[in-house]
Amino acid sequence: MSATSSSGEYLAAPVLPNVLPTPKERGKIMGFIHRHPTIVIGGTLVAIMVLIAVFAPLLWTKDPTALAPARRTREPSDLYWFGTDMLGRDVYSRVLYGARVSLLVGFSVATLAAIIGTTLGLIAGFTRSVDAIVMRVMDGLMSIPPILLAIALMALTRASVKNVIIAISIAEFPRVCRLVRGVVLSLREQPYVEAAIASGTKVPVIIWKHILPNTLAPLMVQATFICASAMITEATLSFIGAGTPPIIPSWGNIMAEGRALWQVKPYIVFFPAIFLSITVLAVNLLGDGLRDALDPRLAKRL
Amino acid sequence: MSDTRPLLEVSNLKKHFPIHGGLLGQVTAKVYAVDGISFDIARGETLSLVGESGCGKSTVGKAILRLYDITDGEVKLDGARIDNMPASKLRPIRQRIQVVFQDPFSSLNPRMKVRDILAEPLINFGIVHGRQELTKRVEELMDKVRLPRDSIWRYPHEFSGGQRQRIGIARALAPGSDLIICDEAVSALDVSVKAQIINLLVDLQDELGLALLFISHDLATVEHLTHRVAVMYLGKIVELTDRRTLFSKSHHPYTRALLSAVPVPDPTAPRNRVILTGDVPSPINPPNGCRFHTRCPLAFDKCRTEEPILRTVGTGHQSACHLTHAPGDQVMPVAS
Repeated sequence: MSATSSSGEYLAAPVLPNVLPTPKERGKIMGFIHRHPTIVIGGTLVAIMVLIAVFAPLLWTKDPTALAPARRTREPSDLYWFGTDMLGRDVYSRVLYGARVSLLVGFSVATLAAIIGTTLGLIAGFTRSVDAIVMRVMDGLMSIPPILLAIALMALTRASVKNVIIAISIAEFPRVCRLVRGVVLSLREQPYVEAAIASGTKVPVIIWKHILPNTLAPLMVQATFICASAMITEATLSFIGAGTPPIIPSWGNIMAEGRALWQVKPYIVFFPAIFLSITVLAVNLLGDGLRDALDPRLAKRL
Repeated sequence: MSDTRPLLEVSNLKKHFPIHGGLLGQVTAKVYAVDGISFDIARGETLSLVGESGCGKSTVGKAILRLYDITDGEVKLDGARIDNMPASKLRPIRQRIQVVFQDPFSSLNPRMKVRDILAEPLINFGIVHGRQELTKRVEELMDKVRLPRDSIWRYPHEFSGGQRQRIGIARALAPGSDLIICDEAVSALDVSVKAQIINLLVDLQDELGLALLFISHDLATVEHLTHRVAVMYLGKIVELTDRRTLFSKSHHPYTRALLSAVPVPDPTAPRNRVILTGDVPSPINPPNGCRFHTRCPLAFDKCRTEEPILRTVGTGHQSACHLTHAPGDQVMPVAS
């Protein structure tokens, strides 16, 4: 193609038809929903669960621990929305209460494991001598399945929600430690960290200003996954009778008690199981969405 | 100037990295990254360190910055040794030697604003006190590197590669340093931006009397700003001379091979390229004798057994090759 006509004069550039679809005009909120549907779905479901847990005393219709032998194993009805169990307790109220236990355990374990794991990971990543020891201990802890470790730890103590949280945290924090250590090892080789050292910045300041903010994204993602797996572990522990004491209705406890009647009265197991599944799914969706949104390669779109 | 002592003196610098292996992590081998090099830099002078990747040139820079502890040798700043100085006393030294890195993307913390990045050295060295003075100084630094003042409240990702490199230079200027180590500072930039940054460095050098240690693999870049050039090969300096001598009458076969690899803008110009075969030998197990003999087109028997020392072959011109002769040497027959 030639830019000039036969007479040698310049031709005006042809106006090109716009073949690209014009990007849809979206508001800030709609745009976010469009870009990160998993965060929105997961976040909404988690928020609903949190609201349920917080306002459980207002939402439940009966005292979740009140026994009523006369009206045992009622089918779901207007009066007993999710039916009653073999001791006549209202399953709906118990499931709502269970949300409190599950979310408390999930969030507490995520926070505790994140704090312990980050601290140890930062130390291990920065001090070569400590690194070898800490990481071998972490290898040891990680070689035991978390659920077995939690059972063993629960066997050593009295059953209580606090002890369940501690036991699951011990089982989960090595994962955080390993992640943070890995991130620190790669970050400390970054030129901006070397430039900070060359600028006379002291090590604690480097950790606080340069390392920690850059570990936050993977840490948040890991924390959500730990939250989800802690809720499952708690339910498992309760189900096998090694977790929350039976007097406290947790989803695992309710399912454990409903297990015997599962073939004739499946709803006793069904409702807590649905709640557990939805919550774990929601937290995992949120974590997945955060991982995509916080990925530095995709961060520019934010 | 009455002070004729060089700003920085490096003598017989060695940096060996141990390789840990085996079950207990014992040292199984060593990487001879830098194996005995010496040079000096005067005030306001640019010395370029050139060589292929993996020849140890960046290690030299980091050793001078005390990002690495050196294995052997001496580094002196204004005649005082800094290589064995305890870390607690390093701050005043760090204030005088700064660095600009290659990659403009990873050399700035993505989560800090430009103002905070530039404020860090100012605060660390206690140069300014108070927020207003700090912002004022940061704005002055932005002026120095020709960036708009109002961009100090932005994050690094809002800048282009060349602009980021300017921010990196501003950070290096912040403490009022005497020596800036430019570790491949322009290699990641495209040609036009590269030229701008080189011009900026030259201007700043004139303005502030900075000394530069310019580490590069690209002789064409070096030609525009350097006073002297040291050519490195596998952890050693093979030739050290001023720019004019290097580009017109270099002695060392490796230098000549490097020079012949510099692209020439005219595609029809006759070229007499020295093509080196093979790769750089491993610095874990460097060859005996002259380290370059495995690839040297002129190598003869002596090169395989005897290591040539770096000796003076002219005014301010040192070369390490058995084939180059100091004035008054007996001329040896050239084999092959």
